[in-house]
Amino acid sequence: MGADQHPYLFLLVFFVMALGFAVGPLLLAMLWAKIFSPAKPGEMKNATYECGLESKGDAWVAFKSEYYLYGILFLLFDVETIFLLPFCVAFTGLSVGAVLAMLVFVLLLVEGLAWAWVKGVLTWK
Amino acid sequence: MDDGLRNELSKQGVVVVTLEELYNWGRKNSVWPLSFGLACCAIEMMAASMARYDLARFGAEVFRPSPRQADLMIVAGTVTKKMAPQVVRLYNQMPEPKYVIAMGACAISGGPFKQGYNVLKGIDRYIPVDVHIPGCPPRPEALIHAFMMLQRKIDAQKLTGPNRARHLNADLPSEFPVPLFGEHDLVPPSNPNVWEPAVVVR
Repeated sequence: MGADQHPYLFLLVFFVMALGFAVGPLLLAMLWAKIFSPAKPGEMKNATYECGLESKGDAWVAFKSEYYLYGILFLLFDVETIFLLPFCVAFTGLSVGAVLAMLVFVLLLVEGLAWAWVKGVLTWK
Repeated sequence: MDDGLRNELSKQGVVVVTLEELYNWGRKNSVWPLSFGLACCAIEMMAASMARYDLARFGAEVFRPSPRQADLMIVAGTVTKKMAPQVVRLYNQMPEPKYVIAMGACAISGGPFKQGYNVLKGIDRYIPVDVHIPGCPPRPEALIHAFMMLQRKIDAQKLTGPNRARHLNADLPSEFPVPLFGEHDLVPPSNPNVWEPAVVVR
């Protein structure tokens, strides 16, 4: 069985060598740690938080996701600004129909804002 | 192997070391301090790690932000009683082998704030300190000197036998009790296993 019969044999050899180079030092390090630095675990050492302060309470708490409504409203008016800017630039050259269409667009967004306002989204609870 | 033969061999370009020497040589030249400063001494500590004083020459430029990766805690500054439990807890979270340099008058004794009701009179009341540096604040050269003292100390540590280094002795503690906030002072005011006040004989 030679390389001429199995042209991809060298790939296997390379793979085994690469694996050896990666795993070998790790095993050596583990062996070294076992002999020369015996582990001394402790309650404080194994604590999750590592800034010197004690962690209080549970990490599995529910956060209020109210902010996403502000986010959506912001995004809405952000996009509106992008549309309004070319509208303003080309304002003098626009037909009456285009101006009306734009006003309807703005009106729709204002309507949405009014709806959110009435619904109490803008008051932070 | 006696020193004469070793000397003779080193002249021929053959270096002979024991495993202990090799181990300690590696350790003392890769001490990673915790990036942790409490007061003005920390400014001097930063200066020591920067280009002019260049702590990197001693293999100690890698200031680690996590106690889990650090070998050396440089207590640089005034330890208030409010901060002391956090300092001890950080020390506890460092893996062995770990060392402490108490930098400056405040860290070793309370310094100019010794009379203050809220100042700990030396961090060695709670954790074992390897090197004390006096000064207010000590210059970066003093920190480097303390660092070299620590390197010498690491170099002299034994790996086997009854006097072996603490991290190799499973019986010796790796964590030290964290003081609690009491009504008037920290409870306990000091750790008697760590701190033995000097008795003045009159």
